[in-house]
Amino acid sequence: MWRLTWRNLAARKVRLVMSTLAIVLGVAFLAGVLTFSHGLSATFDSIVKGSTPDGVVRPASSSAFDDGMAGVNVATLSPADVRALDALPETAEVAGNVDGFGMSLLDTDGKLVGGQGAPTIVTSHHEIENVLGEPTMTLSTGEWPDQPGEVTLDARSARIAGYELGEEVDMIAPTGVLRRQATLVGTADFYGGGTAGATLLIMSVEGAQQTFLGGRDAFTGASLTAAPGVTQQQLADAAQAVLPADFKALTGDKVIEESEDAIGEFLDIISTFLLVFAVIAVVVGAFIIVNTFSILVAQRMRDLALLRALGASRRQVSRSVLLEALVMSLVACVVGVLVGWGLALGLAALFRFVGLDIASSALVLTPGTVLVSFAVGVAVTMVAAYVPARRAGRVSPVAAMRDDVQVRGTSLHRRTVIGAAFLVLGAAAAAYGVAGAPGNDAAWIGAGALVWVLTVAAISSVIGRPVLLGCRALFRRLFGTPGLLASENALRDPRRTGATASALMIGLALVSTIGVLAGSFSKSVTDVVDEEFTSDFLVVGSTYQPFSTRIGDEMAAVDGVGVVSRQQNVGVGDASITSESSLVNAVDDAFHQIYELDMVAGRQHLDGHEVIIDADVAADRGLGVGDPMTLDFRAGAPQEVTVVGIFEPTLLTNPVTTHLSVVEAAGIQRQDSSLSINVASGADVAAVHATLDEVVADLPLVSVQDKAELADSIRGQVNQLLYMVYGLLALAIVIAVIGIINTLGLSVIERTRELGLLRAVGLTRPQLRRMVTLESVTIAVLGAVLGLVLGLVFGALLRYALRDDLTSLALPVGQLTGFLVLAVVVGVLAAILPAVRASRLDVLKAIATE
Amino acid sequence: MGGMTTAMTGELGSETRPVAASAVDLTKVYGSGESEVRALDGVTLDLYAGEFTAVMGPSGSGKSTLMHCLAALDTPTSGEAVVAGTSLHRLRDRALTDLRRERIGFVFQAFNLVPTLTAQENILLSLSLSGRKPEPGWFDQVVDTIGLRSRLSHRPSELSGGQQQRVACARALVSRPSIVFADEPTGNLDSTSGAEVLSFLRRSVDDFGQTVVMVTHDPVAASYCDRVVFLADGRVVDELRQPDRETILARMAHLQDVALARAARLEDRVGDH
Ligand SMILES: Nc1ncnc2c1ncn2[C@@H]1O[C@H](COP(=O)(O)OP(=O)(O)OP(=O)(O)O)[C@@H](O)[C@H]1O
Ligand SMILES: [Mg+2]
Repeated sequence: MWRLTWRNLAARKVRLVMSTLAIVLGVAFLAGVLTFSHGLSATFDSIVKGSTPDGVVRPASSSAFDDGMAGVNVATLSPADVRALDALPETAEVAGNVDGFGMSLLDTDGKLVGGQGAPTIVTSHHEIENVLGEPTMTLSTGEWPDQPGEVTLDARSARIAGYELGEEVDMIAPTGVLRRQATLVGTADFYGGGTAGATLLIMSVEGAQQTFLGGRDAFTGASLTAAPGVTQQQLADAAQAVLPADFKALTGDKVIEESEDAIGEFLDIISTFLLVFAVIAVVVGAFIIVNTFSILVAQRMRDLALLRALGASRRQVSRSVLLEALVMSLVACVVGVLVGWGLALGLAALFRFVGLDIASSALVLTPGTVLVSFAVGVAVTMVAAYVPARRAGRVSPVAAMRDDVQVRGTSLHRRTVIGAAFLVLGAAAAAYGVAGAPGNDAAWIGAGALVWVLTVAAISSVIGRPVLLGCRALFRRLFGTPGLLASENALRDPRRTGATASALMIGLALVSTIGVLAGSFSKSVTDVVDEEFTSDFLVVGSTYQPFSTRIGDEMAAVDGVGVVSRQQNVGVGDASITSESSLVNAVDDAFHQIYELDMVAGRQHLDGHEVIIDADVAADRGLGVGDPMTLDFRAGAPQEVTVVGIFEPTLLTNPVTTHLSVVEAAGIQRQDSSLSINVASGADVAAVHATLDEVVADLPLVSVQDKAELADSIRGQVNQLLYMVYGLLALAIVIAVIGIINTLGLSVIERTRELGLLRAVGLTRPQLRRMVTLESVTIAVLGAVLGLVLGLVFGALLRYALRDDLTSLALPVGQLTGFLVLAVVVGVLAAILPAVRASRLDVLKAIATE
Repeated sequence: MGGMTTAMTGELGSETRPVAASAVDLTKVYGSGESEVRALDGVTLDLYAGEFTAVMGPSGSGKSTLMHCLAALDTPTSGEAVVAGTSLHRLRDRALTDLRRERIGFVFQAFNLVPTLTAQENILLSLSLSGRKPEPGWFDQVVDTIGLRSRLSHRPSELSGGQQQRVACARALVSRPSIVFADEPTGNLDSTSGAEVLSFLRRSVDDFGQTVVMVTHDPVAASYCDRVVFLADGRVVDELRQPDRETILARMAHLQDVALARAARLEDRVGDH
């Protein structure tokens, strides 16, 4: 059997390459995603480890990553505190640091560097070594800053921003003097290379003190190196003993653990996200493999029958097919893993482009990745080849003598009946979800959707028939006999056509589901903004970073401005409110002049130590009007407040909203997170807009938005995500295209004699190409129609399940039509190779083909 | 000497009848050097309009190759093929295709029909490919002649072998081509079905004035024809007019002997080495 298998493989090189392509792509995506995820976490791992010293001293109430949004820390260490640490026998070296928040780098054109996403880290320079005994940062060029007015940037940011050594660097500060300049004296990177996209601004200690602490000789924390023989824990314990009460000392390991937990969540999201698409790619690939093997087996039926006639047993025949699949899958996995590696490098380049720098040295194929890729690739191929292999075994020996060998699988009729049952089942699950099943509605609908997709794929040949007949009528009318021939070819083996179309169907079902959800989101945003945002302008930081209160002061003074309401988002301890939101919105007196909340109980107006909460929080926490509550600020003293009102959940403010005076009382520095502005009656709105824009003209961090701009900016963020999803789904479509190319290519080979005949009786080459193209388009349109219909249904159902957030349903008809057109284009493209191949056939050879 | 007879007999019949297709010193060589095969070796032949001609000869004598070259399916190595007054020499694919669908009909030994099309659609295939309609009445006449009116909406898989070949003949004729080539159209058929096909071809010549050239191994089939041309080793070696079965058999036996004698000589030469 070995030799036979080998012969078969070698004899069909072209078919082999085409068939393995589907496996290659699936495996490649999987391997690529695994490699990329690994590289991503390795990069962060090395940065976290490389930038953490043996011991870290920091304010007791802050935690690693959210201070940028949650307010400015005011707790400081005095030089005496640092000297006390230095005097400890457990410390080898100590450096006080000044870390700043909310500062951003501007490029030479005055635009923000970094933008959304990766943070800007501002810190003072120190020489303390990391846990590995190496410097935490390494200088690339120039030198470290050693006086105010000097700055060192990370190499990548300096390059992107376009600054050379010795040039003046522009920065935006959150407080005090809003725009600052400093001379670039050097470039540096974290130990281990790169910054994972973060922007690093390193100042001298004195410079950072001037920028962030008003020039006080104080520190926001300290880095410690343990004396020889002292453990991290001993170091931390000793340091803790001499620290003021509002500071704590942590071991380096603990800080690393915290950072990795915080980053891990983000990394998990990215990895899971990518993995989902890898799974989709593999599933779509599996469809193509099943189809390819079915065709290969069908074409070889006569050979196989001859084998049977010569005495091969059923099992031997089946096994020879399975063996072929095994060899193919192994070859495909080798190629796939290598392509996947390339894909990971490509993904990394893409992420580098959006600012997330991944060290290429971290992008290596781990044994685990290779193992998983091979396991999945081989398993999927073997499962996919099993059905055709069994069918091959069932061929009767007499078939060798017959002219037209046809092997029937399960009858279409039976398939349809079983399929219909599954459709009902899926519909029931989805209906249960829609009707409000316990637990997660969307999960029920998702399960129903999955059943539907798989079932529709299995019976696409039956339910897709109207589409095929429609295509036939249309193409016959438009393209005459070649059109008729093309549609007849698509109808000839509906199972094959259906299976090929299914791959495209899955991709388009996902795309159009997301299209519906995105369209609904967009409409919901517009509706909500229209209805609820009663202010004329909203002033917000571009990364939701807070900004100086001076902007509000200047804006209040602008001619034509009626009311300015200031709001500051402040972080509170997790348990303090809900699991969803850890930010309290603190508002001023003017808030209720601009916005009218839908009150369930009590009043909206806040006065002193009071708080209003939304109905969900009230229900969760069992709070009512008049009840006391503690706001456990992360960067300030806890405050006791009284609930004075309960409102319907809204986008206008956070679930817990208090008065700005409470934030001041907690000792948190005042900044504004957003301003809401109404123009005075009779003022020229456009003119006011222009003047307000002038106020923030040299502050790219802050923007003034009217309603339309606000809706656009919210939509813009979702659109970014959407494009990424579409980009990844494009891969599923690429695989589907390969499936169509494959099926067509194999069909052309199979019908060589018929094509020769057609050419002999007068089919011209262009007509032949058109025929193949139209068959391809028929398949693509079938996949698209099924996919779009499924996607519309799922999208609408999911929208309903998420109706709290997606208040309006929108069917993006234009977009969906676009997808249909795309499908036609896909069909035309997929047909190019097979069509050229078909038209190159030598008429005589074709006729002579057995 | 075989070549000489050919030239003479070829010229004998050419006085009155118009020529539908002709071969002039047609040569077709496959391969080169050691493995060179001269499938056609300077064939000069006129095929007359309104005649039913048979081409006979031993297996490998070049019959199919001759048909393919004349039917614009293949290009000769040298020499010229002329069909309906058009020299096929240097015509491009598009022109050849047009010629095939408008001036030439072709019937193969088997697999003549497109399986996805009905009998009627198959018959009208070449016409519909160029967007033409059959001449009024002609389609009906052809269909009635093949006697398959009730089977027009059937697919090939639902027709017998003989019926399929008759449909193929109808397809070749329905576009009123200048000439119909048929390569062993009855080769796969039993004698009854074969007779149906042959009498149909005969009628199309007698009643409709078509020109038909048919390759066959069967003396009975050849006896339906007006003229038999014999090929051997890629040359025209003999021809008969108004042949009957016995004459054909006698000629074939003679050619066989010649061939055998030649083979024996060849063997001797190989033995000498
Ligand atoms: N494509 C080809 N390549 C090489 N040689 C060929 C090719 N086609 C035909 N030949 C050779 O050319 C010669 C004539 O072939 P042809 O098919 O014309 O014979 P034929 O008279 O039709 O025989 P048969 O009665 O068996 O059909 C044969 O020797 C054959 O081997
Ligand atoms: Mg032949």
